Amino acid sequence: MTVFTLTQPEREARLLPELAELTEHHRAHSPEYARLLAALGHGPGTAYDTVADLPWLPVRLFKHHELRSIPAGDVFKVLTSSGTTGDVSRIYLDRDAAALQQRMLSVTMQTVIGAKRLPMLLVDTVSLFKNRSSFSARGAGVLGMMNFGRDHVFVLDEHDQPDLDAVKGFLAKHGDQPFLIFGFTFMAWQFLYELARDNGLDLSNGILIHSGGWKKLADRAVDNDEFRRRFAADTGLRRIHNFYGMVEQIGLTFLEGPDGGGLYCPDFSDVIVRDPHTWEPVPHGTPGVVEVISTLPRSYPGHVLLTEDRGVIHGVDDGAWPGKRFSILGRLPRAEARGCSDTFSEAKA
Amino acid sequence: MPLTERLRTVFADALQLPPGTDVDQLKYRDIEQWDSLGHMTLVAAIEDEFGVQLDTDQVIDLSSFKVAADMLRDAGVDE
Repeated sequence: MTVFTLTQPEREARLLPELAELTEHHRAHSPEYARLLAALGHGPGTAYDTVADLPWLPVRLFKHHELRSIPAGDVFKVLTSSGTTGDVSRIYLDRDAAALQQRMLSVTMQTVIGAKRLPMLLVDTVSLFKNRSSFSARGAGVLGMMNFGRDHVFVLDEHDQPDLDAVKGFLAKHGDQPFLIFGFTFMAWQFLYELARDNGLDLSNGILIHSGGWKKLADRAVDNDEFRRRFAADTGLRRIHNFYGMVEQIGLTFLEGPDGGGLYCPDFSDVIVRDPHTWEPVPHGTPGVVEVISTLPRSYPGHVLLTEDRGVIHGVDDGAWPGKRFSILGRLPRAEARGCSDTFSEAKA
Repeated sequence: MPLTERLRTVFADALQLPPGTDVDQLKYRDIEQWDSLGHMTLVAAIEDEFGVQLDTDQVIDLSSFKVAADMLRDAGVDE
């Protein structure tokens, strides 16, 4: 079972009617969203010829508006983003939405992990869950991934120091069969790559899933290609999948293909890169602002979102999996990110 | 010991349920101990006790005591 099957024309044909229906659904169930659409000039029943024509919301709006399409009484879970400024996004899920996002995350990951839970090495610290009632967004991310593994072992001890004995013990027990590794990108590099290289650990049966961006590795001159090359050369680890996702589109993970070469969109999703001045989609190969599209959000109007990340589309239907192949280049400069929603406010006024 | 009896004990130990909890009616996130972290402990305890290996979909679907009991019956655990 895989969710990386649709070519771009097939994807466009499947997503457009579903997304148009979702737009009407949210208009009918979220007065706040209906007001935003009206202000943008997208009245009820507007016809759309392409997915790129659909109205998008800047992710920032989820920090300041209560955007939900379910009655307050049906809210099962409220997800919050990690906010650097103190502002956090609030995403409302009912029971169905919570189950659906979990299931779709699971089928997406199973494309590269398989259905069986593998022994799992977590490049993080045991103390992540010390305060049970309020662990961080990082803790929530790690926990979400733990479902895919068994016999979990943490690479860092309670003092955040690499625990060589624990890792050696794990590898002695499980290293001769496929095992799973999860960690945030900079931690996988700083704590696992360096530990494995310096101690001659064999990670050749590992499958590494990682996410979180390259900013913290920039001073070490490590980008995605270098990360893959050196893990393979120095530890034997070749099955590496970066991913990109956000709480505002929970359940959707854009996943790096088996040979690197960029992130791919699951069948229920797509990505568009826009010019930050004209808001038109840019030609492939040109960097711009990333818009993410998912048919999963039904309990909140998050099906078409403009992120605050810069990205570039490398190609379409030309890689290991069908659809668009893209990379994330980093965060937008703060002013420009604000600009995204300012433009939106101007449109509203 | 019958399956449901064993499973009740596993739930009570893994989730540190107070005595008198109506285990048979328990659902995921009904109580604070059965959060996503408690779920990890519970799954590992069920696998240990019954000698089964649940796959990812089962771990995700295991949303109540009843579902867990059915899952174990399907896996061929004796009543």
